[in-house]
Amino acid sequence: MTATTAAEPIDGSQASPKVPRVIARKRRTAGSRLKSVIWHLALLAVLVVVLYPAFWVLTASVKPNAEILTSISPIPTSITWEHFASAFDGMAGVPLWRFFWNSFVIAALSVVGIVASCSITAYALGRLEFPGRKAMFAVVIATLLLPGQVMLIPQYLIFSEMDVVNTIFPLVIGKFLGLDAFFVFMYVQFLRGIPRELDQAATIDGAGHFRIFFSIMLPLLRPAIVTSSIFTFIWSWNDFMGPLIYLHEIEKFPMPRLLQSYNNTEAVSNYGGMMAMTLLSLLPVVLFFLVFQKFLIKGIATSGVKG
Amino acid sequence: MSASPSTTAPPAATGAEAPPAGGSRGAAKRRTPISRRGERLVGYTFMTPWIIGSLVFTVGPMLWSLYLSFTDYHLLLGGEFIGVENYTAMLDDPMFARAVKVTLMYVLLAVPLKLVASLAVAMLLTQSRRGIGFYRAAFYMPSLIAMSVGIAIVWKALFAGGGPQDQFMSWFGWEGGGFIGNPSVSILMLVLLSVWTFGAPMVIFMAGLLQVPGELHEAAEVDGAGRWHRFVHITIPMLSPVIFFNVLMETVHAFQLFGPAFIIGGTAGGPAWSTLFYTVRIYALAFVDLRMGYASAWAWVLVLAVGVVTLVMFRAAKNLVYYAGEDNR
Repeated sequence: MTATTAAEPIDGSQASPKVPRVIARKRRTAGSRLKSVIWHLALLAVLVVVLYPAFWVLTASVKPNAEILTSISPIPTSITWEHFASAFDGMAGVPLWRFFWNSFVIAALSVVGIVASCSITAYALGRLEFPGRKAMFAVVIATLLLPGQVMLIPQYLIFSEMDVVNTIFPLVIGKFLGLDAFFVFMYVQFLRGIPRELDQAATIDGAGHFRIFFSIMLPLLRPAIVTSSIFTFIWSWNDFMGPLIYLHEIEKFPMPRLLQSYNNTEAVSNYGGMMAMTLLSLLPVVLFFLVFQKFLIKGIATSGVKG
Repeated sequence: MSASPSTTAPPAATGAEAPPAGGSRGAAKRRTPISRRGERLVGYTFMTPWIIGSLVFTVGPMLWSLYLSFTDYHLLLGGEFIGVENYTAMLDDPMFARAVKVTLMYVLLAVPLKLVASLAVAMLLTQSRRGIGFYRAAFYMPSLIAMSVGIAIVWKALFAGGGPQDQFMSWFGWEGGGFIGNPSVSILMLVLLSVWTFGAPMVIFMAGLLQVPGELHEAAEVDGAGRWHRFVHITIPMLSPVIFFNVLMETVHAFQLFGPAFIIGGTAGGPAWSTLFYTVRIYALAFVDLRMGYASAWAWVLVLAVGVVTLVMFRAAKNLVYYAGEDNR
């Protein structure tokens, strides 16, 4: 600013191009304000469409039963809390908190398993050298794209041979064995970004691989651990196919399985209860997301993990 | 979350420079062979869970299901080797044709629509303006819940006859009723559910767009290139690795859609098989009809189809994807 104003009186010929330049800048600011308004309007339009289903279910759970299916407006004409009362009653005499607890146990075990198994598997695949490492890593990559349905039937036969059908064992064992290729891959990518000099310095100082892993790699892996924990929790909370195949007793059902049977049997008579239950089942994931969204989005952007 | 403390507990002190003062010279002499051997040992030790897991629960089951696909194995009745009969039977199975049609239609509609929407919104969101963080988070949120049973139930309600979608579209003269009861459009419910999750690829596109050097656009602008030209000749080529990644992952996932299709259409893929997704049919064959040999053959055809699609995409990517920095081509 000071430079141009100082230059102005010295060079007379600069004065004439200066005038249109100022006008141009003014027009640009007016134009950019208009652009900014259009930009926000476009995104708000997308926002309304994206959030409509969320708001609809939010208010469907307090609408009178007759109004739920027929009302397009998310704003209820009158508010009732009886749906939540019937949702908390759960199903077939099993209270709702029991299904929440079942979901939580599966999700928590999954998180423990993923963090423990993926970190050691990825350390071996990403930082160590041993015969067969490349082939094993190739298997991990291949399973990333492999449709899981092809293993479903033999897995079921194995688990029923082991006599663990109708327990949560089949749902979590894979997590403890590092079979989740997504997270192994993510941890490997992350570990490869850590400079080699760190291990070398530690080796010179006499640290063995176990010590390097626990004292150097695990603390540095923290961002990957946080991202994978959040995703594991959410995905296992939502998982439906596993519980559908392996869990048959209602006391053992996690939330998605409860919703599915409720939807099949009682929803006809108690639609509002269904909606309240649905809302309650989505709540933990949404709250989780609101708390951790910065972490999550950074995690996806850098590792390509899919939701 | 509760996991990390328990696993990170041992290394309480992060400083790794504690080690022995004495004997370090002797250790230095032997270090190479010992650490090499130690590396192997540690490597295999750390890989043990994965190796066991893969053999028992991944690689083993794959080979087993390949074998099963050549038998008429039934969960309760057992079965025998029948050669390729399952595969030839699929060709005459009207359900196979239906499932393939429904699944392909879904892949061909959902993947492009979702990716176009996600790229368009990503481009809007990479302009530096206020509120980007909010929009990005709000648009991403559906991706986390869309595949849940809860949202599938909400979807059923939104698209029911007389429900919100029916009412909304009747303002524009639509008389087809709710999508859920109308076989000719019911698949659109699932396509829309997929498009609703555009936030996930959007975030990846945004990361990619931020990598495109601004000088390229400035130089092209100086040379008189319009916005569209710059999009086609700069943005798309520079973004092509990310586009490839998203197309590949979305396609592979779209082939395997299960949960929402199962909740919305049931094992029969109602109404009138219009939501009979391939994976839903595999589930019905294996766990309702208990015809596990035949279901394995179905599963292997899916693996082969996804494999072929993946290969074709990698082939096409060789010519279409531009990797900046690899100029010698």
